[in-house]
Amino acid sequence: MTGADVMVKCLIEEGVKEIYGYPGVAIAPFYEAVRASGKIHSTLVRTEQSAAHAASGYTRVRKDIPGVCAVTSGPGATNLITGIATAFADSIPLVCITGQVKSELMGGDVFQEADITGACESFVKYSYLVRDVDEIPRIFKEAFHVANTGRKGPVLIDVPIDMQQAEVKRFSYPDEINMRTYKPTVKGNMVQINKVIKELEKAKKPLIYAGGGVLLSNAGDKLEEFAIKHNIPVVSTMMGIGVLPTDHPLYFGMVGNNGKAYANRAVAECDVIMVVGARVADRAVNQPELITKDKVMIHIDVDPAEIGKNAGPSIPLVGDAYYIFDDLLVKEYDADYSEWIDTLCEYKKRFATKFNDNPKYVDAPLFIKKLTAAMKDDSIYVADVGQNQMWSCGYARVKDGQFLTTGGMGTMGYSIPAAMGAKMAAPEKQVVAVCGDGSFQMSMCEFATIRQNNVPVKVVCFNNGYLGLVRQFQHYNYADNYSVVDLSGNPDLEKLAQAYDMPFIRVTNMDEVDEAIEKFLKDDNRYLMECMLDPLANC
Amino acid sequence: MKRIYSVLVENRSGVLCKVAGLFSRRCFNIDSLAVGETDDPNTSCMTIVSSGDQRTIEQIEKQLNKKLDVIKVKTFDEPSAISRELMLLKVKYNKNTRRDIMENCDIMGATIVDMSKTHMIIQMCDTPERTSLFIKMLTGVSIIEVARTGCLALQKCSEEG
Repeated sequence: MTGADVMVKCLIEEGVKEIYGYPGVAIAPFYEAVRASGKIHSTLVRTEQSAAHAASGYTRVRKDIPGVCAVTSGPGATNLITGIATAFADSIPLVCITGQVKSELMGGDVFQEADITGACESFVKYSYLVRDVDEIPRIFKEAFHVANTGRKGPVLIDVPIDMQQAEVKRFSYPDEINMRTYKPTVKGNMVQINKVIKELEKAKKPLIYAGGGVLLSNAGDKLEEFAIKHNIPVVSTMMGIGVLPTDHPLYFGMVGNNGKAYANRAVAECDVIMVVGARVADRAVNQPELITKDKVMIHIDVDPAEIGKNAGPSIPLVGDAYYIFDDLLVKEYDADYSEWIDTLCEYKKRFATKFNDNPKYVDAPLFIKKLTAAMKDDSIYVADVGQNQMWSCGYARVKDGQFLTTGGMGTMGYSIPAAMGAKMAAPEKQVVAVCGDGSFQMSMCEFATIRQNNVPVKVVCFNNGYLGLVRQFQHYNYADNYSVVDLSGNPDLEKLAQAYDMPFIRVTNMDEVDEAIEKFLKDDNRYLMECMLDPLANC
Repeated sequence: MKRIYSVLVENRSGVLCKVAGLFSRRCFNIDSLAVGETDDPNTSCMTIVSSGDQRTIEQIEKQLNKKLDVIKVKTFDEPSAISRELMLLKVKYNKNTRRDIMENCDIMGATIVDMSKTHMIIQMCDTPERTSLFIKMLTGVSIIEVARTGCLALQKCSEEG
């Protein structure tokens, strides 16, 4: 038995069935052990960054175990970095395995050597460099635990090739984890919880502001129960979309620069704001000092360092949202917020979207509304980055399914590989990726992976011939002086779909939309749809 | 506002880099950083002196605690700490300055630990303020090299608890 066999046995112990990666010499012993075990399916992506995104999509749908990716040393590892950084910004649990050159050659700038633990230090939750083959079981056990507990995130394990090749006498996987430096607080402090209830009791206009942390701790249902129990309105951040069905009477949309005016209005006017699993980041809350100014801010987060980082709360409450809502739900109090809800409903009506009915093009907001209305209730919608993302956040209907995107890092090219991972995690669910022509081209190589593994994901590409969100920024901030945003040179997507043996449909105006959506969604097959947008449409 | 962090960490390779990297990444100041093994060879103690507003000071503590190699963070103000710094100074002297240097050493409790016909090395172990003051007192003397350990600090016994 070799170190590589031990690595595979560790993955099996953790219940890993699917890994994404790209082999090379420095990780070859591991991939040989994967093959020999016959127990783990490995997907060959077409560029390493996609391996991390695919693993991200996979784990966000599976929810129980971290996504796993494995790539070779040097360029393989550095190509993975953007994917790792994306997972870190979005708190997605990944275990990333990289091959490394021989231990004795490390530091010598040999072929395909990169100091990957050093390079990734600021965006991994933790990293390991294997220096002793006997340490592998402990390291893997810890890595999976660290990635998937507390504030989740990516963990990197760098394994020199000689460690993978080294002989090991016996394998034993530790039952317990003994890390004196890592014990995340999950249960909330009762004194603080009582304070929260007291504030809500006094409040006239309370608001729950839910972030991605709620979804990561599977606390969506509990949050909904709590909101309904006390009739408290809810807004979400981009990562929090889906905490409540988007058509829920208590849901008032996404906040922020690109959010709904009525959601921002709710944040501005509430008297108690309960921020749960959110960072209070710049795009969501423009001026953090304002959300503490004339209101009581309750900040619930599993990561103590998030509390007080961007805004100083009146009531900090450290813990996992799942357990905290459990504790909050047993507390009883009486309050009537119906007037406040009425006000918010009034705002929602007043700021209702007016759809663009230019007959010459597809109107993205209306298209997304129609598409998601036709999608199954438990489907998974994966939004990329750019205007498509803003439109998706604004108009996608999310019911019992999931809305996946990268809100923290905003990495273009996320949607196609993430949708592939999501579909592999839940083959019975409908999975649709929506991207722009810019983000599409960052990941279109994955069509080969999708074809090879026969993963029936559906992809919508908005074509406006521009890097739309940047063009829009230049429109507003640089007096229409467009610089380096022209995408003419785009491939013919019909031919591209043919090349990948994929059904294709192009939609050029709103009249064609309904029929196209029906065709697109009818069968559980991979499908590419191109929507021709007004090149100058803004979101 | 100055703040001292006494950080107990796992004695593993790369830990110093991780902690120092945290400061640079999050734009926290490091006024000084000293590190050494403790009585337990598996742990090291880092003494970091930093400065910033109230929020920064709190963030530094929280971010340090978040690091998986950090076992314990203690933080305190200068008045509640006993702090010392070791300094070695190489100076050039001549018969006109020799007397003056020796008197300064006497007054400040520094000792001359090495000398040649033209140079001497002075050792001083005192609070960082006093070591800085000593350098100031030697303005008339040509200082060749200065090596300082950075501040080491422990919380005062009376403050413990």
